[in-house]
Amino acid sequence: MTANLTLLILIGIMVACAVYMLLERAVSKMLLGMILFGNAVNLLILTVGGPDGRPPIVGETDRVHHGTADPLAQAMVLTSIVITMGLAAFVLALAYRSYALRATEQVENDPEDVKVASRREGEDPEQ
Amino acid sequence: MSLPHDLILRLAPLPVLIPLLTAALTLITGRRPRVQQVISVIALSCVVAVAGMLLYLADRNGMAALQVGGWHTPIGITLVVDRLSAAMLLVSAIVLLAVMVYAVGQGISDGTERQPTSIFQPTYLILTAGVSIAFLAGDLFNLFVGFEVLLAASFVLLTLGASADRVRAGVSYVMVSMVSSLIFLIGIALAYAATGTLNLAQMAERMGAVPSGVRGAIYAVLLVAFGIKAAVFPLSNWLPDSYPTAPAPVTAVFAGLLTKVGVYAIIRLHTLLFPSGHFDRVLLICGLFTMLVGIFGAIAQSDIKRLLSFTLVSHIGYLMFGIGLNTAAGLAGTVFYVAHHILVQTTLFLVVGLIERQAGSASLERLGGLLAASPALAVLFGIPALNLGGIPPFSGFLGKVTLLQAGVAEGSVLAWVLVGGAVLTSLLTLYAMARVWSKAFWRARAQAPEGELADAAPSALIDESVDMLFDERPDPGRMPRLMLAPTVALIGVGLALTVFAGPILNIAARTAGDLTDRSTYLKTVLGPADTAQAGGGR
Repeated sequence: MTANLTLLILIGIMVACAVYMLLERAVSKMLLGMILFGNAVNLLILTVGGPDGRPPIVGETDRVHHGTADPLAQAMVLTSIVITMGLAAFVLALAYRSYALRATEQVENDPEDVKVASRREGEDPEQ
Repeated sequence: MSLPHDLILRLAPLPVLIPLLTAALTLITGRRPRVQQVISVIALSCVVAVAGMLLYLADRNGMAALQVGGWHTPIGITLVVDRLSAAMLLVSAIVLLAVMVYAVGQGISDGTERQPTSIFQPTYLILTAGVSIAFLAGDLFNLFVGFEVLLAASFVLLTLGASADRVRAGVSYVMVSMVSSLIFLIGIALAYAATGTLNLAQMAERMGAVPSGVRGAIYAVLLVAFGIKAAVFPLSNWLPDSYPTAPAPVTAVFAGLLTKVGVYAIIRLHTLLFPSGHFDRVLLICGLFTMLVGIFGAIAQSDIKRLLSFTLVSHIGYLMFGIGLNTAAGLAGTVFYVAHHILVQTTLFLVVGLIERQAGSASLERLGGLLAASPALAVLFGIPALNLGGIPPFSGFLGKVTLLQAGVAEGSVLAWVLVGGAVLTSLLTLYAMARVWSKAFWRARAQAPEGELADAAPSALIDESVDMLFDERPDPGRMPRLMLAPTVALIGVGLALTVFAGPILNIAARTAGDLTDRSTYLKTVLGPADTAQAGGGR
């Protein structure tokens, strides 16, 4: 199949930016990264839709669509948009709750992790 | 009594429909907790019965495919009931029912007015529905939807009550899960681009014509996505940070189920879509590291829930070992070990919930003297702990032996290395369990570093941990029967795995036979005539 190169490069750039933002500490930035990643994936699904390999559509007999868009790709994108949106709303609620509890929305290190990591070497692990 | 020929097709959508409709019912009856609880328990019992029937029918008559809405294959959505789906459904349903009864008991005994029980029940039932969709999916996008339903419900369950700890753990868990779902979507997009279909059976047929490098790339993307969900090294670090902060019954369900749905997806991919042995060695090496890193992490912990989360990660390595061998014997061992591991991990987490309630803490720095205080609790912990550690004659030993035999039969150097790693992990698991026993049960509480502190009162779902002196803590009384009964029942089912190991291993062997021979699956879903037609002309 032939795919639009511009779109693919754009998807790559979006995913790279999204990953960069996902690695932040602040929840709002992570949320923006997640939404950007979701949009990039939706764009990818739209890009791969189209004339190839006989998609499962009633009455489909030919490899190439004659003037119709690929409905399966659109269905997939719709589902993915809805799921990402719902979960983004949930993450926003979590971020707000975190801010309401501790006046910060940074994701802290797990305290047990920190405790285990900072155990001094000479210490007896059996205590 | 002769059963209707298509009984299996009539029963197939029920594990999805019953929990969804009951979730709606429990939302409506939110003001009447007793009605809610009774409805939920009845619904989950029905799901157990249906799943058992499905396994019996699938084993006796072979697999069946239901075309939802009557759209003929491969245009519509397919639900496929084969031995693997039915077996996973049955074990999951048993575990979900037991944990629901436990949570109901905990809520009744310790619940206050502020416990969010009215959203716990519907969310839990939606989790059940999501698990059922994932196991029954015959369509890659349906598998995605099943995962999303299950994950969305798990986000709510993990952050119940929204204390500071849970919100922190919840944010990292949500982010990691969302990333894994989006990577799964990338894999779906690539698979759709290569084959033009989302139906698993049709994709399996067309995938043969895709060039080997492209096939490998698609499999790699999907493996990363499921590797995150199944907590395989090096994608496993999110699990011990997020699971222990949830309420005890919720952690039990997560530990038993959520990772296993990821493992189920890997099994399907490995045997159905990409059977030519891509990434076998990668799976084996990742399995080895998962086993070792997980168990070494467990030994370093002082909180029992975190310790069990690490052993959960470690034993996922055994499952990767079985899948990576790519032989019928390896797959049979994997199927048996999955059933064993779901039951044992859930039981252990339920027991930790009981320990938390009776002794006021789940940390090895505060516990002590439990053997004297509650011998029943010691027995309840001892049996699943020995089972996890692989002591004969329990099912853990049997599962490990089956996997080791499959590894030895395969005979390559890597398989032998893994056999050694598996034995070492088993010994270290036993060491970790012995450590918990000696600190929490054997020694006196006075010898614990913080033994004089404890949680103020047992809390059901909301995390209200306030420290107080252990001597002044109000006596929680005897363990409530509704919390004891499901724990004992799960231990009983685990022991039944040992007693009935012969027939169960036979079922596992037949399941593995189904998995390694794709033609049955393709013929059932696509129909015999279509198989020849679709294979010939594309």
